Parts: sequence; structure tokens; C-alpha cells
Amino acid sequence: MPQVTLTVNGKSHSVEVEGRTLLVELLREKLALTGTHVGCDTSQCGACVVHVDGRSIKSCTMLAMQANGAAVTTIEGLAQADGTLHPMQEMFREHHALQCGFCTPGMVMSAIDLVNMHPDGLTEHEIREGLEGNLCRCTGYHNIVKAIAAAWPLMHNKQAPAAAA
Amino acid sequence: MYDFTYQKPSSIADAVKLLAEPEAKALAGGQTFIPVLKQRLNKPSTLVDLAGLGLAGIKAEGDKITIGAMTTHGAIAASPEIKKAIPGLSMMAGWIGDTQVRHCGTMGGSLANNDPSACYPAAVLALNATIVTDKRRIGADEYFQGMFTTALATDELITSIEFALPVEKSAYEKFRNPASRYAMVGVFVAKSAAGVRVAVTGASQNGVFRHTEMEQALSGNWSPDAIAHIKTPPGGLNSDIHGSAEYRAHLITVMAKRAVAAAS
Amino acid sequence: MGFEGIGASVRRKEDGRFLAGRGNYVDDINRPGQLYAFIRRSDRPHARIGGIDTGRAASAPGVVAVFTGRDIEADGLGGLPCGWQIHNKDGSPMAEPPHPVIAVGKVRHVGDPVAVVIAETRQQAKDAAELLVIDYQDLPGIASVRDAVSPAAARVHDDVVGNVCYDWHIGDKAAVDAAFERAARVVRLDLTNNRLIPNAMEPRSAVGECDPSSGDYTLWTTSQNPHVIRLLMGAFVLHVPESKLRVVAPDVGGGFGSKIYHYAEEAIVTWAAGKLKRPVKWTAERFESFMSDAHGRDHESVAEMAITEQGTFLALRVSTLCNMGAYLSTFAPCVPTYLYATLLAGVYKTPAIYAEVKAVFTNTVPVDAYRGAGRPEATYLLERLVDVIAYDTGIDKVELRRRNFIPSDAFPYQTPVALQYDSGDYEATLRTALQAADWDSFEERRREAASRGKLRGIGISTYLEACGIAPSKVVGSLGARAGLYEVASIRVHPTGSVSVLTGAHSHGQGHETTFAQLVSEQLGVPISQVEVVHGDTAKIPFGMGTYGSRSLPVGGSAMVKAMDKIIAKGKKIAAHLMEAAVEDIEFKEGKFTVTGTDKSKALAEISLAAYVPHNYPIEELEPGLDETAFYDPKNFTFPGGCHICEVEIEADAGMARVVRFTAVDDIGRVINPMIVEGQVQGGVCQGVGQALMEHAVYDAQGQLLTGSYMDYTMPRAEDVPDIKVGSETTLCTHNPLGSKGCGEVGAIGSPPAVMNAVVDALKQYNVRHLDMPATPEKIWTIMRDGQPAMAAE
Repeated sequence: MPQVTLTVNGKSHSVEVEGRTLLVELLREKLALTGTHVGCDTSQCGACVVHVDGRSIKSCTMLAMQANGAAVTTIEGLAQADGTLHPMQEMFREHHALQCGFCTPGMVMSAIDLVNMHPDGLTEHEIREGLEGNLCRCTGYHNIVKAIAAAWPLMHNKQAPAAAA
Repeated sequence: MYDFTYQKPSSIADAVKLLAEPEAKALAGGQTFIPVLKQRLNKPSTLVDLAGLGLAGIKAEGDKITIGAMTTHGAIAASPEIKKAIPGLSMMAGWIGDTQVRHCGTMGGSLANNDPSACYPAAVLALNATIVTDKRRIGADEYFQGMFTTALATDELITSIEFALPVEKSAYEKFRNPASRYAMVGVFVAKSAAGVRVAVTGASQNGVFRHTEMEQALSGNWSPDAIAHIKTPPGGLNSDIHGSAEYRAHLITVMAKRAVAAAS
Repeated sequence: MGFEGIGASVRRKEDGRFLAGRGNYVDDINRPGQLYAFIRRSDRPHARIGGIDTGRAASAPGVVAVFTGRDIEADGLGGLPCGWQIHNKDGSPMAEPPHPVIAVGKVRHVGDPVAVVIAETRQQAKDAAELLVIDYQDLPGIASVRDAVSPAAARVHDDVVGNVCYDWHIGDKAAVDAAFERAARVVRLDLTNNRLIPNAMEPRSAVGECDPSSGDYTLWTTSQNPHVIRLLMGAFVLHVPESKLRVVAPDVGGGFGSKIYHYAEEAIVTWAAGKLKRPVKWTAERFESFMSDAHGRDHESVAEMAITEQGTFLALRVSTLCNMGAYLSTFAPCVPTYLYATLLAGVYKTPAIYAEVKAVFTNTVPVDAYRGAGRPEATYLLERLVDVIAYDTGIDKVELRRRNFIPSDAFPYQTPVALQYDSGDYEATLRTALQAADWDSFEERRREAASRGKLRGIGISTYLEACGIAPSKVVGSLGARAGLYEVASIRVHPTGSVSVLTGAHSHGQGHETTFAQLVSEQLGVPISQVEVVHGDTAKIPFGMGTYGSRSLPVGGSAMVKAMDKIIAKGKKIAAHLMEAAVEDIEFKEGKFTVTGTDKSKALAEISLAAYVPHNYPIEELEPGLDETAFYDPKNFTFPGGCHICEVEIEADAGMARVVRFTAVDDIGRVINPMIVEGQVQGGVCQGVGQALMEHAVYDAQGQLLTGSYMDYTMPRAEDVPDIKVGSETTLCTHNPLGSKGCGEVGAIGSPPAVMNAVVDALKQYNVRHLDMPATPEKIWTIMRDGQPAMAAE
């Protein structure tokens, strides 16, 4: 069986997998990182989003072997060691951007990448478009949009631009 | 998905050798292919990951832009050179799938697959791009041969795609399938050295096609009004629960008008 | 601590674990030695099973067992039970055909389980399931209710004549007929309530285990009501007593009704774990969810209103055909009857109503309650009908509603369809909503949109719904095979922290916070000291679970009753400790005080005395401070309100988009406004989904055409606007909290508001009605074929 070597949340792992093993299966089943979820088979729902080398990807649509040598960050790797939440996690809590919590890990990982990709500002419209790849059945999305807008200035150490307020 | 042997060659020659084996399949970004594998609609013996071949990258030089086959949609959308020289292509790339798909999915992968509802075929055909493979150069008009069918041989790899400059006008508009968000109808309009070309994706049972009637109308008068009266015959267009052939035919005109307006 | 009692938007206690990726969902649970089940499902809508060759699958790598329906039958297991019996017009009981755990002899819908393969890994089970050879002989299939009742229709069940499950009615037919005779006008509307797939983001999952030493079973399952599953599965399917069966529903990723029911997979993994002496896990892939989670809605109705010249409603006549699918899901029969037809008065004083409902079997996935359950169907029918009456008569649609409202001084109000409303003020919610939505300035927005090539429309819905279905005695007389009370235990620990054991179940509703706030308010304990425990039959005395917006009005009321007992007992202990008369002790803000003195004892002092009863009235009182209450409500609660929607339609492509939405609801007393707002926003989003995009489509024979997110349209972030949420409150008069429930109002009130807006946007095309979902092509067809009635205003 092939061997995949990668870093997950700063910790290095070397694991035997099948060729067909998906990254999400490696995370959930081999590394017991069950914060990353599987909500569909067709790459639409985004519950499985993690960061690979700093970019958000759907871990149900990437083979574990494709992540060989990569640095992976999952929802479990966002908070600081002392438990301090990442600003995006904190804003999700503050703005009630989650209900059942199942889509939340993927939503948070996508949201962080979205904010990272927009250093000059992020409009409500851009946020809604930027969530194209994440489905939520509980919240109606509005509080998620609010949370991301509120996290933007915290992540960029800036005042919220008028558009994102 | 069925199990397979995973290979990640580091040279094109090795990749081609691996792909020559029966039931070997190439893996580019995987954003269409992995879902297909998960549904067990394909059973490769070997999956040849093309990520180690150094095929990613965008090169702008004088009269052309060359995009490496393994360049992601995200990189294409973010490229300032492409945004400046071919805004329609930039617009298209930034609108494929979602952010996560764009971080992985590649232009070469999309073109090799030639899914009838993929976006890039419309850009490549409208811009008369050249598909460069490890063996030869293929013009866009010869490359697309119907749904999921291309001029590529089974062991032939796309290495890059060349877009000739200057492109005077370009834009892409699509009507997305409300569920899957693939193009139900996508229209790319372009005016370049190759003349005015209009390519339609998503709509036809035979994959991407050129809309010559619109091309002629726009050659004389680049304006939405010039094509407003043009009706596409619904025969041969796709029909499903999201849209009949008649509706798709209507959308071709609507999307073409929007694209022309966007490129005016 | 800041204010965190009733009315505070306290941030949720449960969020910490969800945000850190430490939720504990069923698929996250792995037991030592666990096996994996994969279910081979029918890809045929209707077929006879000639035989199943399990040989190759059974010998495939990693396979431990292959079971078919015959194995289940041979072990004497029962079928999946139905929890509600409806009676026909003639008094005879409904048809209740068997619902085998795994199909025996025939498959009746795409997705029907045919065999289960159990293996060492998930992939091995799935690989082997493909090797099963099933000899199907196809039979004619039926998908639509109209086809099901056609005289030539094939039978879904051999013993069910005409595919009719029941033919039921309610109301005074003679009075309605008489009113129609003398009415100035009758307005008729034929309409469809589209079939939906619930799509909780967490796919269903179940892990079964059997302790080899005790023989005790444990089932971890994605359920909204673990005690109900224990009862149904234990008593009817596995024949295991409750004392030997524990059901745990840990963190559950959304339900919306679809996780109320007892599903085959729960029984399969539990039974197989006992047989194989190893834990067995099954988790649905999403494509299985589409073909095995109970679907929702799917009604065809004819609605007629008899009116006076002035538009006063005289009588309503409704005839509905509804789809039960291939088998009866747990609560399916009550949805189109007691949760639907009893709501047909809505907010209107229609004096006579008669409704007949025919439920039919088809070769489709079973249909049951989905967020709103019956009430969205009734509301959509009524609120579309009212708009059509306005269209036909030319009476202003707001004025028409006002003329027919039940006035605020008419409560309690007895409707002609069994229900008695306790409170409400429909004029108040209407007035507030009209103002919040800038109703009067709409025409300006319509003109502005027209200048951008958009057709803009506005729609209104003034709705009412019924929650906390009860009391048990009444629902029993209506056919329920269960009681509908709720249970709570309040356990004050020796040092004063509190555990709240509730039979309600949180799968997104935020119970750990809301219930902690309720306890904090009543007992004066900070919410950090209150732990809400739910979802485990081994910990909680009993419970009926969470659905029908019942958790606060019913479950919360049970907590209030249990806390009343705690306080009463605490007073006796305090009286003893402070040498005062019990009547002189008052309890306020966590302290027992001797009236008129400064002598007091904190709750923690009383609880310590209760558990360390050295100085204690031991002759009269047992030690401990732990009380349980069962609360059986006196009536339903009746939330209501007004939703106003504005849509814009692209004049060229026909795509409709909701651009403004205002919801003003009356849900009685609110504990946590932030959580309520979230519930309403989420519900409205699902309602927008139903109105504009969602549709479970079958072909005529029963092949599911929307079997994945590639074809079933889910609302995304860019499909919904900011939803403005407001409230106007009247209290429920018969429960101790005055709360009415908020979980479903969004999904109930919104679809007609959206559709009324779509029809309004198309007014220049003279459209009277179009069915949901209002897809771009449907709208384009209207614009293409419609003759503009007048120039755009």
C-alpha cells in the first residue's frame, strides 16, 4: 500500500493508504480528526473543506496521495494552543453563524480563505458569492455573512471598510 | 471508488509511458474526475497524477499568452496579465465551480475531458486558441469533436494552451444549472485577429459549437442589438428537468447579448 | 455575569465544541472491533425479486456477512411500525401494508433496501455489495398521486385497492355546500405543493453494539427523538425490552423532521451487531439520503372559497390528494390530516370549512413531516387562494385579508376544523410587517427595478400555525399511538450546580443555551453552572423528542414544572434551617428568604443540606434535590404572523430572486432572541428554496431524477437576501411560559409570500397562478406566451 507523508496542523504523519483513499478519509479515519465532515458525494456541500498549503480545498475531492508532502490545516488546527479561538471562529460564535454545527468546520475554513484572498476589502456580495461551495441548511446564511464581514478587519488588523461593515 | 495504482511521474515521457497502459487514466486537478470515480463510473487500473510535470504557469510574451495545462482556474483568474489581455478568459476562470474547485481544477484537465457543460471549451474555441500537446499543436476548430470527445490520442498529453494576442474584445456569460452550477448555457464572444467568434457551451448535445450566424451579425455591428433577433434552432440542444431545448435556445441569445454588452 | 435569563441574546454554550471541530456526531463514533454495513438498494421503482445471489459478495475480501430480507424474516423481526392510524370517512381504519426492514419479494421504490453487506471496512462492504446478483422482474411503477388513483393504475401493495391508504374528511360538508349555494361568487384554485427532500447537512448514520456479557444493546443514531426510536425499534421490530436497549442521539447535524422516524438502518445495525457480536456502523452517502430519507409535501389540491360581493369568506372547500410514498413512514398519516386540514381556517373567520384528503401509495420514497409538516401546505393553499380571490375580485389583497381576520378580541376562537386558538393579534403583526417592509413605497421600487430590466413584485402572507401538538388524550382519539407530553428532570447537585435532563433533543436549536437560560432565570444560577443533558435514553427518564416546534412550549414547560417542585421542596428545607414557617419562605434570584427579614439561604446551601441531611426535616422529607415532571399540554400553541417578500425577475432569462424579505412573527415569550432570529432566517431560507428552486422530481414510472446535488437545487448564500425579522407578541395562555414555538414559522409563512410576489411581478402578463417551484423556465414560458394585459405601469 502506498505511503503518504504530510503535515497536519503542524504535526507530521506518515500513513499507509490505498490509492483511492480520499484526503478526508485519511483525516477522519486514520488520524481521528473528525472535525472535518462529509456531507455529499458530488463536491457541492463543502462540509469537508480544509486548507492544503494555505488554500481551501474540498478534501472529499482530493486523493490522500495528492496531499503527499503538503501542509494541511483542519478546523482542529485553528485555535491557539491555549484554546483561544481564531477570529473567524470567534465571529461565528458572536454572530450566531452556526446552528447544528455540521457545515461549520468547512464553512469556517472556506471563510478564512475568502478573507485571506481579499486583503483590500470584502463586500457582502463577494462574501455570498465566495460561499458558492458551501451549503448550510440551518442558518439561512445571513449570520454567516455577518460573521465573515466582522472577521475581515480582525484578520487584516484593519478597520472595517464601509463595504464590509 | 474502485481502487487503483497511484503514480506521480516527474517527466512527460514517463507520464506518457504510464498512460499507454490499458485502463490508465490521467489525473489533473481531479475536480470532475474524482467525483466520477467516486460514483464508480470509471474503473482505471492506474491513475497518473500530472502534478509533478511542471506544467503549471502563465507566460505572457508579446503576441501570445501561454497557459500551462496544469494551471488552476484560480491562478488564471488571478493573473493580472490575463485580466489585461483577455478579460473574458479571466472572468470565465473566476466563475468556474467554487473557490475550492478553482484552487484545484486545471485548464488542461477541463479541456482534455471536454465535458459538454464545461466553460473553457467556449473560450478556447472563441479565441481560436492552440492546444499544445507533447506531440503536436492542435487548432481549436479541430480539437473539439463532440461531447467528451477531442482530437487527443489516449496517450497524448496537453502541455499548454496558447492564446494569440491582441484580443480586442472578449467576454463570457453563462446561465448556470441552478443545482450543479455547471453551465446550462455559456457564451463566449471574442473579437481578435481570428475575427469575431462566438462559442456556445452547455447547450448542445454535441458539446461546444460556434454560432456562425451571430458571428456574422457581430462582425458588422458589435452590439447586443445586432444579435437580439437571432434565434437558435432547438434541434440538437440538450433538454432536461432544468431547461428544455427551447429554453436553452432562448438563453443562447440572452447570454450572447449580455456577453457582447460586457465586452463593449 | 451579565443578564443571561429570559430575553437575553446569550451566545451559545454549544458553539465552543462545534467551532473547534470537537462535535460528536454519529459518524465520528468508532467502537472497538467495529464493522461497516453497506446497503444495496433497489435501482428499480417497482419489481419482483426473483432471487438474490449472495455468493460472490459473501466471499469477497473483508466480508463478514451478507443479509437479505429473508434473514430478517427468519429471525422473526417485525416490520417498521407506523405511529398514527387514520380512519376513513366510513370509520374503517386506513390501509397499513407491511414495511419490511429489508425488502422481501418485491421492491417498491428506488432506494428500497435489498440486502446489507457487512465487512471490515466501508470500502470492502461497498465493493462486495456490487457483487450481489439480484434477479429483478420489473413491474409497472407509479410516481404521481394522480396516476396512483387512476382506474388503470397498478397496485403498489397487492392488498391495497386503488392504492388508497385512507380517504378522510373533516368539517361540516352540509354547511359548506349550503354556503356555496347561496354565495355571490366562488373562487377556485388548483394547486400543487411540490415534493421536497429535507437535506439535513449531516447524512443519517447509525452504530449498533451489543454487550456480549449482558446482552444489552446500544444504538447511536442520528435521531430527533431517541426514546421514540427505542420504543418503536425495541417493541415492534427487534422485540427487545427497553431495559436492554439504549439509544443515544449525540450531536445531530440538522433534522427538519427527517430524523424523527424509525428507519430500517437503525434496526439493521442493532440486529446485526447482536448476531455478529461486533459493533456495526452504517453512514449514508448523500445519494442514499436522497432515496431513503423521508421526503416532504407532495400534495395536489383543489381549493374553493365561497365569498360575498364584498369578499367576505363564507365557506372553504378543499380536496387534497397526497403522496405517502411506497410505505408508511412513522408519522406520515397525521401530516396531511391533523397537521394540515385542521389549519385551513388560518387567520380567517371562515364560518364553514370542509376538507377531504385522500392519501395514496406510489413507488416513491415514503413521505412524512418536513419542517412545518402539513402547516406549510395549508398556509400555501390558503394564502395563494386569498391572493387569487383578490385577483379575481379586484379587492386589494391587504384589505381582503383584514376584512376576514379573526379579530383580536375573539379569542379563544373555535374554528370549524377542530382547533381552538388561544391567542393572537393578526392585525398587529400585519401592521408591523407592512411598516417594516415599506409596503406603501413599493411601486417606486417596482419602477426603479423596471429601469434595470427587472420585473419586481411584492407578496404577502398572513399565516397561522399550530405547534406542540397535544394533549395526549386528544391526539390519542385522533389516531396517535403515542402520548405527546414532554419530560424534564432538574437535578440540583450538592454544591448547587444544576443538570437539566430533557426529553427534547437539540440538533441545531441551541437547547443547551436556551434551557440553561430558562433554568438560570427560575433558579438564579449562572448558566455556566447549568448543564443540559439530552439525547441518551440511559440518562434521561423519558422523552418524546424535538419536532413540531415543541421543545420550548412543551419541553420548557416540563422544566418549569420540575423547577416548581424543586423550589417547593427547597422552601421546606429552608423553613427548617431558618426555623420559619414554610408559608413565610419566598424564593427569588437564587435565594430562599424568610419574608420580611434579612434571613436567607442560597440555593447551594439548601442543596448541600439536602444531600448532607444532618440538620434536615428527615421525618417529612426525603434527602436530595432532584425532581422530574411530565408536562402534557392542554392545547396546541398557535404562532402566527406576517411575511412580506419582494422578488425581482430578469426580464430576459426569467430568473427570479428574492431581494427583500420581512418576517414579523408572534411566537409568544422568547427566551433567546438571537436564537429565534436564527431559526426564522433558516426557516425562511428553506421556504424560499421550496418556492423558487427545490423539487424532488420523479419520472412517471418512479425513477428519481433529482438524486444528488447535481440536480436537486439547494438554496445557497447568494440566493437569499438579508431577512428582516421582527415580532409582535401575544402570550400563549395555557402553558406556564407563554411560549408558542419558533422552529417552523419561517418555512410555513414564507413560500406563499414568495409566490405571491412572483405572481405580482408578472402582473403585466395577467398571471393568476403558477406552481412552485417558480423556476426560470416556468417564468420565461409565461413571459413568452403571456399577452401583456396592459402596458407596464
